[in-house]
Amino acid sequence: MTPMVELRGVTKRFGAFAAVEDVSLAVRAGEFLTLLGPSGCGKTTLLRLIAGFETPDAGSVFLGDHDVTDTPPYRRNVNQVFQSYALFPHLTVRENVAFGLRMQKTPAAERERRVSEAIALVSLDGFEERKPHQLSGGQRQRVALARALAPRPEVLLLDEPLSALDAKLRQSMQLELKRLQRQLGVTFIFVTHDQEEALTMSDRIAIVNRGRIEQLGTAQDIYHAPATTFAAGFVGQSNLLPAELLARDEATVRVRMEGGLELQLPASCWPAAAKRVVLSIRPEKLHVSKTPVVAEISFPARVEEEIFKGAVDHLTLITDSGSKLEAVVANESALLEAIHRGDRVHCGLHADDLVVLRAD
Amino acid sequence: MSADDVTMMARRRPGWAAWLMLAPLLLWLAAFVVVPTGILAFYSFCQRDELGRVVFSFSPESYARVFDPVYLRIFGRSIWYAALTTLVCIGAGFPVAWFIARVSEKWRHRLLLLVMIPFWTSFLIRTYAWITILKSDGLLSALLQYAGLIAAPLELLYTPVAVVIGLVYTYLPFMILPIYSSAEKLDGSLLEAAHDLGCGPWRVFWEVVVPLTKPGLYAGILLVFVPAIGMFAITDLMGGARVPMIGNVIQNQFFQARDWPFGAALGVVFTLMFVVSYWLLQRRGAGATR
Repeated sequence: MTPMVELRGVTKRFGAFAAVEDVSLAVRAGEFLTLLGPSGCGKTTLLRLIAGFETPDAGSVFLGDHDVTDTPPYRRNVNQVFQSYALFPHLTVRENVAFGLRMQKTPAAERERRVSEAIALVSLDGFEERKPHQLSGGQRQRVALARALAPRPEVLLLDEPLSALDAKLRQSMQLELKRLQRQLGVTFIFVTHDQEEALTMSDRIAIVNRGRIEQLGTAQDIYHAPATTFAAGFVGQSNLLPAELLARDEATVRVRMEGGLELQLPASCWPAAAKRVVLSIRPEKLHVSKTPVVAEISFPARVEEEIFKGAVDHLTLITDSGSKLEAVVANESALLEAIHRGDRVHCGLHADDLVVLRAD
Repeated sequence: MSADDVTMMARRRPGWAAWLMLAPLLLWLAAFVVVPTGILAFYSFCQRDELGRVVFSFSPESYARVFDPVYLRIFGRSIWYAALTTLVCIGAGFPVAWFIARVSEKWRHRLLLLVMIPFWTSFLIRTYAWITILKSDGLLSALLQYAGLIAAPLELLYTPVAVVIGLVYTYLPFMILPIYSSAEKLDGSLLEAAHDLGCGPWRVFWEVVVPLTKPGLYAGILLVFVPAIGMFAITDLMGGARVPMIGNVIQNQFFQARDWPFGAALGVVFTLMFVVSYWLLQRRGAGATR
C-alpha cells in the first residue's frame, strides 16, 4: 500500500545547522504517528516540511503518489493545528472554521453544514459567534482542531497542540484526540516532547534526536526494545549502565558493569562482536526482595534511598561492588515485605528484560 | 491574566494619581486648544470694519461667505489633494512598513531609523531641497534631459503634481510608522495558518493582513489626511500659491486680507469637518478591532 506521507532522504539545514538530516519516513493511511523528541531535535521542522512551510535542501516529500516537494502549503491537502493555535483574531469561531472551506470554494449550503458538523465534533455548539479572545485556552484549542478538520484534509498535522493546556485538560484532550482520529480515520502526525502523550495516543512513535529518526515502532516496541540509549532514556525511565565483556563461553558471558558489578548472562543476549555495550534495565523489571530471589540474574544490594510515590516506592540501590541502580516496587502492605532505607535486599532480573544497546 | 481582566483594568476609572499625572497634558490642552478654539469660535461671529479691525457685534455673515462656491471649490480641492496624498502614502508606505515589520530585529531598528532620519532636519530646509530638485533647471530635469528622456526642461515646480509630491514626501513617515506598529504585532503563524488552509499569497493579504493591520492603517490615514488638508507651507513654496488650499486661504484672511472673522469662520468649519471625519473613522476602527 502506498504510504499516505513519505519522506525520502530529506535534509533541511538552517545555515550550518542541520535541523533534519537524511530522514526517511513512511506514514500509513489512517494511523496516528507521533514524532517524539526533545526541543530542538528537528521534529517541528519535519512537520513543517510535510506542511510545506519549509522546502528540503535534499530529498523529497510525497503525499500519496504525488511528489509535493515544491508544492506550496496552500496547494497541499494537509492541515495543521498550530502550537499557538493561530486563530484569526478578527473572525468568529464560525468564520475561523469556515476559512478553509471558503478557500476551497465549497458551496455556501454545504459549507454551513460542514462548519456546524466540525463545531459539533469538538463540542463547541453555542460558541459560534464568539471571537477567539472570548474563549478559554481549551476552547481555542478545539476551534483550531475544528478549523483544521473542516476542509477534510488527508493528513492532520499537530504541533504540540496540548502543551499550553493544564495537566487535567491535557489528559482529557489526549483521549479526545485519539477518539476523533479513530472516528474520522484521518492520518494524524503529532509532534510532542512529552513521552506520556506519545504513549497514550500513538499507533506508532518515531523517536527523533539530533535531526534523525532513532527508532520507529509501536509504543510497546520502543518501551520494551529500545534501539538506542537515547530511545531507552527518553521513553520511560531506564538504568543505562555501560558494560564490558570479561569472558565468554558457549552458554554464558561474563560482564562487568560500570561501578564494578559483575554478572553472568546468557550468551544469547550479547551481540556477537561487541566488547563494550550499554545495558538498559527498566526500574520496574528489577525484582527487589528481602529474601533471596530465584532468577536468571541475581545479585545483592543495599537500599540507599527510598521515595514514597503512593502506589509505588522508588528505590535507589547500591550493589556491593558499587553500581547504582534505580528500582520501582509496588507498595506492599505486609509489614514484613516493606523495604526501607538501609535494608539489605536481593535483586533478580530476567535475561529478557535486559536490553543490550550499542555503546555510542 | 486573561483578556477580560486586561479589558477590565483598561476600563477602570482613573484615580487622583492618574489625574495628577495627566495634569500637564490637560493644562496644555486647555491653554492651547480649548481656549484658542473658543476665541476662534467667538471671532467667527463678529464683523470687521473697513480698516480690518474686529467689531464685536453678532453676525452669522462670515459663515454665509464660507459657502460661497469659490471657497467650496478650494475646500473640495484641499480634500482631493489630501485624499490623493493619503492614497499614495498608503500605496508607497504599506509595503515598506510590512517589509520592516518582517525582517530580523537588527534590520528592523536600522530601517526604522532611516524612516525617521528626515525629522532631524528642519522641514523648511527639506522643502527647499525639493524645490532644488524639481525646478525647471533643477536636478531631476537635468538628469532626465541628460538621459535623453525629455527634450525640454521639466516644468514640474509650481504645479499640483509638485504639491502632491511635497505632501507625500512630508507625510509618508506618518503612514509608515503606525502601519509598521500594527504589522509588527501580527503573528507570523497566522499567515502560515491561512496558507495552510488553502489561501494563496494575494488572498492572504486581503483576508488576513489588511483586516489585522486596520488599526494602524486608520491611524496612518488620520495622521496624513488631516494635516495634509490644512497644509499651507508646501502649497505656498512648491505650488507657488497658484493652487491655493484651504490652509492658504485661512492664512490669507488673517495676514493679508485682515478679515479675522471670516478666517475664524473658515477655521471653525474646517475643524468641524475633522471632528466629524475623525468620529466616523473611530467608529469604523473600533468595529475593525473588536
